[in-house]
Amino acid sequence: MKRLWLILPFALLVLFLGLATYQLTQPKDEFVRSTMIGKPLPAFDLPGATDEAPRVASGMFADGKPRLLNVWATWCVPCIAEAPQLMELADRGVPIVGVAIRDEPEAIAKFLETYGDPYEAVARDDIAELQLAVGSSGVPETFVIDGKGVIRYQHIGDIRESDVDALYAEWEQAQ
Amino acid sequence: MMLAAALLAIAAPGAGQAVSSAPLANTQLADPQAEAAAQALMEELRCLTCQSQSIADSDAPMAGDMRHQVRSRIAAGESPDEVRAWLVERYGDYVTYRPGFDAATWPLFALPVLFILLAGVVLVRRLGRRGE
Repeated sequence: MKRLWLILPFALLVLFLGLATYQLTQPKDEFVRSTMIGKPLPAFDLPGATDEAPRVASGMFADGKPRLLNVWATWCVPCIAEAPQLMELADRGVPIVGVAIRDEPEAIAKFLETYGDPYEAVARDDIAELQLAVGSSGVPETFVIDGKGVIRYQHIGDIRESDVDALYAEWEQAQ
Repeated sequence: MMLAAALLAIAAPGAGQAVSSAPLANTQLADPQAEAAAQALMEELRCLTCQSQSIADSDAPMAGDMRHQVRSRIAAGESPDEVRAWLVERYGDYVTYRPGFDAATWPLFALPVLFILLAGVVLVRRLGRRGE
């Protein structure tokens, strides 16, 4: 019995080292997920793609139609990669609102001309206020907003061909 | 020369990305007390894109935009705890270096107390035995 007590601290140390070693071999989730899923889209009012374009505000999400909110930027390379998938979703009838982070009207116009324009509207978020308000930590990210303006789903990273059906299904479910 | 130009082109990424243009990202508040409160909070908030730095420490544009939120909210009269809660509501405990006491974090606070008690018990028993 006394022996057992003596090896207990050593056993604990081995257990701890084993656990730490195991965790080192596990892939780390690099993403910080939004904890805003199930909560209403925060109110916002941002300038449009150009200074002449109408402003884009949270009111447009209250018309009963579910939408995608795509956080992107013209300086973001994966955003080029996901452009065809966004076009496909738009062609299938999904309304997409773009939020361009720290961007310029000329760069936005050039990007949409080059890679296609899937957007119902594009808002310019120069200081990432909407991005922070919805709990997004990078570009690109895509949120599904239901007809009542509640955030239903978050897709982190670029939308691959294999993600399109899942996102479409999430959008349909948000009807 | 060509190489230098190429390096310079790599070092200067596209429009907007390189720095935060938020007015309060790198500008202190005029009220020293509010700025001190904001600074203390910024040192306890984790940068979301650089992940092992506080937003006070980081040059990432996202960290700058977060500093703007902290300073503008504190200037508007919010308490540091309210600003922290606003961020935790969006990003979970991940964003703060000072975790709250809840269902997931209680062992952080309970275990040290348990260990101290355990050490105390062992010490008392040993000393007691020696006295016999």
